[in-house]
Amino acid sequence: MIDKIVSSVADAVEGIADGSVVLLGGFGAVGQANGLLAGLLEQGARDLTIVANNAGTGEGGLARLIGAGRVRRMVCSFPRGGAGVSVFEQFYKAGRIELEIVPQGTLAERIRAAGAGIPAFFTPTSVGTVIAEGKEHREINGRVAVLEYALPGDVALVEAWEADRWGNLVYRASARNFNPLMAMAAKRTIVQANHVRELGTLSPEMIATPGIFVDRVVHVAATEASS
Amino acid sequence: MSQGYARTAMAARAAQDIPDGWYVNLGIGLPTLIAEHVPAGREVVFHSENGVLGIGPAPAPDKIDPWLINAGKQHVTLLPGGSFFHHADSFAMIRGGHLDLCVLGAFQVADNGDIANWTTSLNDTAPAIGGAMDLAIGAQRLWVLMEHTTRDGQPRLVQRCSYPLTAPGVVRRIYTNLAVIDVTAAGFQLVDLAAGVDFATVAGQTDAPLLPIPEERKR
Repeated sequence: MIDKIVSSVADAVEGIADGSVVLLGGFGAVGQANGLLAGLLEQGARDLTIVANNAGTGEGGLARLIGAGRVRRMVCSFPRGGAGVSVFEQFYKAGRIELEIVPQGTLAERIRAAGAGIPAFFTPTSVGTVIAEGKEHREINGRVAVLEYALPGDVALVEAWEADRWGNLVYRASARNFNPLMAMAAKRTIVQANHVRELGTLSPEMIATPGIFVDRVVHVAATEASS
Repeated sequence: MSQGYARTAMAARAAQDIPDGWYVNLGIGLPTLIAEHVPAGREVVFHSENGVLGIGPAPAPDKIDPWLINAGKQHVTLLPGGSFFHHADSFAMIRGGHLDLCVLGAFQVADNGDIANWTTSLNDTAPAIGGAMDLAIGAQRLWVLMEHTTRDGQPRLVQRCSYPLTAPGVVRRIYTNLAVIDVTAAGFQLVDLAAGVDFATVAGQTDAPLLPIPEERKR
């Protein structure tokens, strides 16, 4: 029998090693697995590389993990956010965290490519900008493009609205965002689900992430989407 | 006191030029205001990078869905016919040329169509690109909506951008508080003027040659 449901957040994040590349779903705080991030803080892994669209806002979730000095490197498209100077910005200014800035579509495609077994791809995005400097360029059908590499993770942390014991996932509204991509692209995909449903009750047409991409599911009741 | 259009009037002026049936992405900040000014009777579908098509107006305070935001991370609503999708599909729409239009804000636009809108310094405390580089090269056309000059009067329409580029040679049209200006092979071409603004005023605040409205178009 397949049963990917684990009973606690601690069980869900067990085994995440120091130095892991962690793919983190969410756009801002919407669709971000804050319960798993809290578990990761507790679990103690350090020297992490976090791949996510943003670099954390406010005090909770990712900002808290960065503030605890556990993140060595951030890969994201938009590290600014919210009012005032974020925890990430303080750390970046102090030279305590590395930043790789990636255009949002290139970030999404690099993760998708990793999940789909595509080692690299060419894109016209960023040609003629500092982001393309030092990268291989090629003219394809009359348009110049740069080579971008797949971005796989050791672990993906995903937030879903509903899940079943096979790991099938349904997302709510714009909380889908990066989550299905992250789920495909890591060696181990860990999901926090607001609802755990009986197998067979999720509509097959509504399942956005089939369970083949998922390793562990933990029930974390929704408090709110935005921190 | 700034001249010409106020901010909402700038957005309304740009909205006038969006035809029925277009799929449009609006950049965060000023361009977002365009959605509120689409002329009655036109159906324009607004796209957001975070996986939403068919964005509607802001919700009433008691009708907020915390899971439904736009790219500016503001709470929004979904219109009938709207849909949700993941980021790879969202950027397939952008990079695959499926959007009719993107309207971005900018720090600078050059008369060869270069746009600089993501950072004013590579020593920025947090340089942030978001979806701008993808939108700039992927949408069928790129318009810019911005104030004609900086707060201290420096022109934003220039011969060469001094800030790091978002993309080279992509801007088709610029809407400012003073005027509507096309980017053509011959440079900046004035299209029309805000009420009470004359050619000399616009040219004087533009750091590149400005071609006047052709005589035949004035009649």
